Amino acid sequence: MGSIKLLLEKAHVEGIRYYDVYRREGGYRSVEKALKTMSPETIVEEVKKSGLRGRGGAGFPAGMKWSFIAKPEGVPRHLVCNADESEPGTFKDRYLMEFIPHLLIEGLIVSSFALGSNDTYIYIRGEYAWIVDILEQAIIEAKNNGWLGKNILGSGFDCNIHVQRGAGAYICGEETALIESLEGKRGNPRIKPPFPAVQGLWMRPTVVNNVETLAAVVPIINMGGEEYAKIGVGRSTGTKLISACGNINKPGVYEIDMTISVEEFIYSDEYCGGIANGKRLKACIPGGSSVPILPANLLLKTAKGETRFMNYESLSDGGFASGSMMGSGGFIVLDEDQCVVKNTYTLARFYRHESCGQCSPCREGTGWMEKILWNIESGKGKMSDIDLLWDVQSKIEGNTICPLGDAAAWPVAAAIRHFRDEFEWHITNKEEAQKRNFGLAHYANPIHVPA
Amino acid sequence: MSETLFKVTIDNIVIEVPAGTTILNAARKIGGEVAPPTMCYYSKLEGSGGKCRTCLVEVSKGSEKDPRPMPKLVASCRTTVMDGMEVKNITSERVLTARAGVVEFLLINHPLDCPICDQAGECYLQDLSYEHGADKSRFEFQKRTFKKVDLGDKIQLHMTRCILCYRCVLVANQLTNQREHGILDRGDHAQIATYIQKNLQNDFIGNIIDVCPVGALTDKTFRFKNRVWFTKPVDAHRDCNNPKCCGEVRLWMRGDEVYRVTGRIDEWGEVKDASNGKPGWICNECRFDKKKVSDWVIEGPTNVNRHSVISQGHYVNSVLPQETLPEVLNGRQPKLLMDIHNVSEVNKPNIELSALDRPAHSTDF
Repeated sequence: MGSIKLLLEKAHVEGIRYYDVYRREGGYRSVEKALKTMSPETIVEEVKKSGLRGRGGAGFPAGMKWSFIAKPEGVPRHLVCNADESEPGTFKDRYLMEFIPHLLIEGLIVSSFALGSNDTYIYIRGEYAWIVDILEQAIIEAKNNGWLGKNILGSGFDCNIHVQRGAGAYICGEETALIESLEGKRGNPRIKPPFPAVQGLWMRPTVVNNVETLAAVVPIINMGGEEYAKIGVGRSTGTKLISACGNINKPGVYEIDMTISVEEFIYSDEYCGGIANGKRLKACIPGGSSVPILPANLLLKTAKGETRFMNYESLSDGGFASGSMMGSGGFIVLDEDQCVVKNTYTLARFYRHESCGQCSPCREGTGWMEKILWNIESGKGKMSDIDLLWDVQSKIEGNTICPLGDAAAWPVAAAIRHFRDEFEWHITNKEEAQKRNFGLAHYANPIHVPA
Repeated sequence: MSETLFKVTIDNIVIEVPAGTTILNAARKIGGEVAPPTMCYYSKLEGSGGKCRTCLVEVSKGSEKDPRPMPKLVASCRTTVMDGMEVKNITSERVLTARAGVVEFLLINHPLDCPICDQAGECYLQDLSYEHGADKSRFEFQKRTFKKVDLGDKIQLHMTRCILCYRCVLVANQLTNQREHGILDRGDHAQIATYIQKNLQNDFIGNIIDVCPVGALTDKTFRFKNRVWFTKPVDAHRDCNNPKCCGEVRLWMRGDEVYRVTGRIDEWGEVKDASNGKPGWICNECRFDKKKVSDWVIEGPTNVNRHSVISQGHYVNSVLPQETLPEVLNGRQPKLLMDIHNVSEVNKPNIELSALDRPAHSTDF
């Protein structure tokens, strides 16, 4: 059973949101340990050893990212916490910040010390307005107790944390767009290189990390990188927060240690508790709206017939042809009554709305895809539209400045790849498709694996 | 001091360029078709490029030290060369497919109103679609439109034609004291506008017309006056007392009339540095108010690329072919059977279309 909890262990302790309870439950131990007994280099080394991978979606090793930060003489460096969690289906950071804000603050202090950031920023999604108050309260509490401000714990290290609200743009979750927005500019992604590690916020070396990544630094420091790396499997170390939603009995945020199978995660009572209303599983988007959707048969077993597990490697087994991605951990479950065409249309509409409009493939392509999908969904589609859609997404993917283009193209590509029958049915049975859904069809049938 | 030279191979042509040169500029040194097309990059504007994605190229070998190919196509305007790098532009199928895709994306919402667009004939989107576009559109939806924004009496904005290259924003940032226009909204509804309707008045703002690759920003004082291929470009200069203005311009003339004044554009579609070393930007006074031949010292006709439509037809002083009908009819004049205006309201001869200050509409006829 994947019952190891590192981040949410104390989440249900009464009053954990406040400093006194958090401290009583062992909070801020990692700051004491780090600032009193460790050097910034050893902290980076511990994080490297832990194998912690970025929890925002891309899964890039966090320690590696930290070691890239340039250290020119006399130039301040910054740590920015990316709390612009806007991916449909992802709400793990909200839970973390809302219920145990001090865990993030603690992680931020340690990480700031490791990176030499005296001014650290939390860039938070504008819609999380009430969480800004919670975080600011936590920062004041931490400051009043000597964890922030000048000369923390007599180590000579100064650190302040500032909370900055975004204005509700998904694109500002892209690290360079986030930096632009933080600087007070239009949130357009920058063209890389230069990378933020060299020229980020105000052209100073900057590291941008997800909330969960920074919170995970706390257990890494407390238990040591090597111990942390023992949790999980392979290159998927530690624990991961999964925000499960959709047609399941128990939607919510779960902490898993990445050794459990997808099937167990969906059906066990400890996690999702099975599909709601006794329906059957049709499909799932396992890592937030931008990762490829998988039909039930490919979700529970890989194309090779092996059990699929909830970790980075297993979820992406088979590449995009028969796999998906861990992404940000936004686990969206679709039951047999859901329409994949409509779902894909909804996602396409989202990406059209959130494209920044800077580069042409994404600006024009996302709108085009949305229009074609709307035609198919509303009974005006043609057979040639499916191939056109495929062609349009293939011309967006990989040709844009930032990953939003890819994120818009992948769901469309995967939907056509795995659910082409359903698209065709929408086109050949226009009237019927307006009244009922395609249903489960063969999407849960086991796939024959040649021995 | 000797510069470090990097050896790059672009489409199998080897060239040595100083370290820090972009792939695009290295390719431009080779010239011809090896140079990727650009819609947003403008070497005279800092920070331009990377947005339109027409200059995507394939890097098949990263460098001598790290020969791995780059997984994605890269924007050649913003990627610097490495020693031993191998780049494929027109020799790469991937690049050509992606470029055709970008051209299609740029065109799906473009009105394609070239017949009534003042930029026609010197439009980079026209050239680009001619070279890389498809012969028909696969876009079967209504094109997007915008509310009209008036930028004053000198500059005409047609937002529907805009490809959001950001060049005009950079011009306003880098050449004028204060930028008064910018990009509003986002995604497919991002637009160039002034938020609160405002005239663009800075004395250098006219340069946004020259940098605009399409017909989104055109010269109101030239609007509908003539097609560029009917006019003759002539290089000229004057002593402009604006210290930032280089005073070296191109006059677009027909007979003795100066129809339009622009900066001198080089083969890459960018203003040329002036002979005194100043950047080739010109002030609004030179551009909009000096429309007499006597204002200028004429240097001589501009050398126009012979493939350009501008060098094709010069209808001034052209000799009409002799009317052959009277000869066939043994000297009799052809008889007018019917005057269309007697029976139809169409094309009323008293309406002078060139006098309209807007595109002609069906209600005008």
